[in-house]
Amino acid sequence: MKIIQLLLLMALLPFSSYANLNVVATTAEYGSIAREIGGNHVTVSVLGKPTEDPHFVDAKPSFMLKLNRADVLIEGGAELETGWLPPLLDGSRNRKLDVGQPGRIRCAEGVQLLEVPTTLDRSQGDIHAAGNPHFMTDPMNGRIAAREICDAFCLIDASSADTYRANLAKFTQRLDGKLVEWQKRMEPFRGKRIVTYHNSWVYFGERFGLKPDLFLEPKPGIPPTPANLAHVKAVMKAEHIGVIIVDPYLSRKTAETVAQDTGATVVDVAQFPGGIKGTEGGYIELIDTLVNSIARALEQQKP
Amino acid sequence: MKKGLFGFALFTVLLIPLVGLGADPNVSTNVLEELNQLRQRTDALEKKLALTSQAAPAGGTVRAGSAYMNVSFDTVINGGWSTAPHPAEELELGDHDPQQRGFSLRNAELSLDGAVDPYLKGFANIVFKLDEQNETELELEETYLQTTSLPGNLQLKAGQFFAAFGRQNAQHPHSWSFVDQPLVLNRAFGGEGLRNVGTQASWLTPLPFYTEVSLGVFNGEGGTAYSFRNPENTYGRTPGERNLSGPGDLLYVPRIASSFEMTEAQTLVIGASGAVGPNDSGEDTQTRIYGADVYWKWKSPEAHGGFPFVSWQTEALHRDYEAGDDPAASLPSETLSDWGLYSQILWGYADGWVVGLRGDYVTGNNGQFDENDVTRGSRERVSPNLTWYPSEFSKIRLQYNYDQWDRIEDAHSVWCQVEFLLGSHAAHKF
Repeated sequence: MKIIQLLLLMALLPFSSYANLNVVATTAEYGSIAREIGGNHVTVSVLGKPTEDPHFVDAKPSFMLKLNRADVLIEGGAELETGWLPPLLDGSRNRKLDVGQPGRIRCAEGVQLLEVPTTLDRSQGDIHAAGNPHFMTDPMNGRIAAREICDAFCLIDASSADTYRANLAKFTQRLDGKLVEWQKRMEPFRGKRIVTYHNSWVYFGERFGLKPDLFLEPKPGIPPTPANLAHVKAVMKAEHIGVIIVDPYLSRKTAETVAQDTGATVVDVAQFPGGIKGTEGGYIELIDTLVNSIARALEQQKP
Repeated sequence: MKKGLFGFALFTVLLIPLVGLGADPNVSTNVLEELNQLRQRTDALEKKLALTSQAAPAGGTVRAGSAYMNVSFDTVINGGWSTAPHPAEELELGDHDPQQRGFSLRNAELSLDGAVDPYLKGFANIVFKLDEQNETELELEETYLQTTSLPGNLQLKAGQFFAAFGRQNAQHPHSWSFVDQPLVLNRAFGGEGLRNVGTQASWLTPLPFYTEVSLGVFNGEGGTAYSFRNPENTYGRTPGERNLSGPGDLLYVPRIASSFEMTEAQTLVIGASGAVGPNDSGEDTQTRIYGADVYWKWKSPEAHGGFPFVSWQTEALHRDYEAGDDPAASLPSETLSDWGLYSQILWGYADGWVVGLRGDYVTGNNGQFDENDVTRGSRERVSPNLTWYPSEFSKIRLQYNYDQWDRIEDAHSVWCQVEFLLGSHAAHKF
C-alpha cells in the first residue's frame, strides 16, 4: 500500500510545479531580467553562481534535473556556456529546450557581437568563434535580451502576455532613464583606458566610452605571466592609467600587486547581479554599481 | 546626419513591400498594422540612437558552430621508467597505460559528434594506438546513437559504447585523473574497459533529487567483455564456444545513480551497478559483477577556471566468476570470488594545478589456479601525482607508482604524461 502511494507521488511530482512558468537561466543577469519580466508568473532558477567563472560552471547532475523540468532556458548562447551546458541538455531529455523552440532563449541572437575572430587560432588563447560573449555588460544589450525574454514568455504563456509586456515596458523605461544618467556620469572619462584581468568588458567600454583594453592575462584564458604584468605596469605608468577592475572569481591579489607598483586603484566588479555587494537587487542595480564605482575610481585619479 | 540617413534607409525598406501589395485592400490593412508595428520599432531604435553617441547595430547573427558535427583529435603521450622490465606483461595491464620503459603512445582519439536529425544524436570515437613495435593499431572504441525525443524522460542508446558501470569505466582515458587504469577495473573489465555492441535505456526518475536508472543490454562477447563470453580469459579452462541460445545469454548492465547538493559548494553522487552474463569457461557458467561508487566534490564559489576544488572518488567491485569444470586441465567447477577497490583524492590547489593521490587494492586468491597468473591475486598500488593544465586543451602529468604484489617483485615506476587536444571544445561532464 505504502509503495503504491509512493509511486503515485512520484508520478504526480513533475506536475506539481506547473502553475508557474519554470524558467532556468544559465547566469544571474538573465535570471534577474526574467524575474522582472515574469513577475509572480514565473519561477526562476539560475545555474552558475554570480561569483564563479561562467566559462567553468560544473555540469552537476542536479542541473540536469532542473533543465528536465524547465519550460524555458535562457542562455547567452555565444559559447560562454559551451564547456558545460551541452552535456546537461543531452541528459535533460526536454524537447521544449531544443534550439528553435520558444522555450530556448539565446540572448546573443539579437545582439551584435564584437571581436568576432576572422580566423580560429587557439595560439591566441581561448577565443570564442561567435565573438566576445560578455555582451550583457552593455545595458543596451540587456534591453535587447529583455525584449527577447518577454517575446518568448508571451509565446509560451499567452494568457499572461499583457503582464509580461507591461513588465517589459516598466523595465525598459527604468533602464532608459538610468542609461541617460549613467552616460552623464561617465562622460567626463571618455576615451580613458582601464585595466582588466580578462577581456570581458569590451561591451561596457563601448557603451560608456572607456577603453578596457589592457589585460593582466597575456591572452584570453591564459594566467598572467610576470612578463605580461611588467608590460602592463610599464604601459600604466607611461599613460597614467589608474584603475584596474577585477571580477570576484579572478585573483584580486595579482591586481593588487600591480596596483601597488603603479599607484592604481583596484575596483571590484561583476558581470552578474549578486557577484559583488550592492548588486543583489538585479541587473539595473548591477550596472548602476558598476558605473558608480568605476566613475568614483576614475574621479580619484590625478589628471 | 546619421539619424537622417537611418530614417531614409528604413523608409525605403518599408516602401518596397507596399509597392507590390498596394492594390489589395484586405492585405493593405495587414500591411498598415505591420507598418504601425515597424514604426513603433523605428521609434524605439531612434530613441536608442538618441541615447547613444554611436549607432547601436540592430540585431546580429551568431555565426559560430555552423558545422554539422564537432570534430576533435586528442593525443596522450606517455614517457617514463619502471623497475619492472616489461610493464605491459604484469604491471600495467590497461590497454591505454604506459606499457613500456621509455615512450609509449596508447591513445590518440578522433572524436566526432553532432545531431543526426531532430530525433537522434550521434557519437563516434576512433582510437589509434602504437604497439611496442611502433605499429599502428586501430580500434572503433565507440560509435552510437542517442535519442533526444523519447517521451517519459527516457533515453535510448544503441551501437558500440562503454557500459554505464560505475564512474570511470565510461570515461575516456584522456579525461582520467591518473595515467593508468585502476587495478580493480582492470581485473573486472580487462584492459579496454567494459564496452560492447548493444543498447541501453535510461530513465530520469521524477524524484525531487537527481536519480537516473539505466539498463544496458549487450552481446557480451570478446575482449571488451572481458569477464563474459571472452575465450581469451577462461582461467585455465578450455574455452567453450557459447552461442546465444536465448535472451538470457546476453550481458545485462543495470545502474542507478543519485546526486545531492550538500551545500552551495559541495556535490555528492552515489551509484550502484551490476553486470551479469554468461562466460566462456563452461557450458552454463555465469559471471556476476557488482559495484558501488561515490564521488564528492567541493568547488569554491569564487572558482576561476574550475579552481580551487577538492574531489574524492571511490569505486568498489565484487566479481563472482563461475568457472566450469575441465578434467583435461584438472580444474574443477568452482566460483572465483574476487573483489577490490580504489580511492582517489584530487586537490586543485591553484589555477591549473592539481595534486592527486590514489590507492588501489585488489584480491583474488581463492580457487585452484595458477599462482603465476597476473590477472588474479592480491596486489596493492599507491600513486601520488601532479598535473598542470597550461590551458583547457593541454596537460602535463607526473606520477609515481609503488606496486606491491606477492606474484612479482615490488616495483617503482615514474610516468610522465602529456596530452593535447585539437578541434572543438570538449564539454566537461561531472
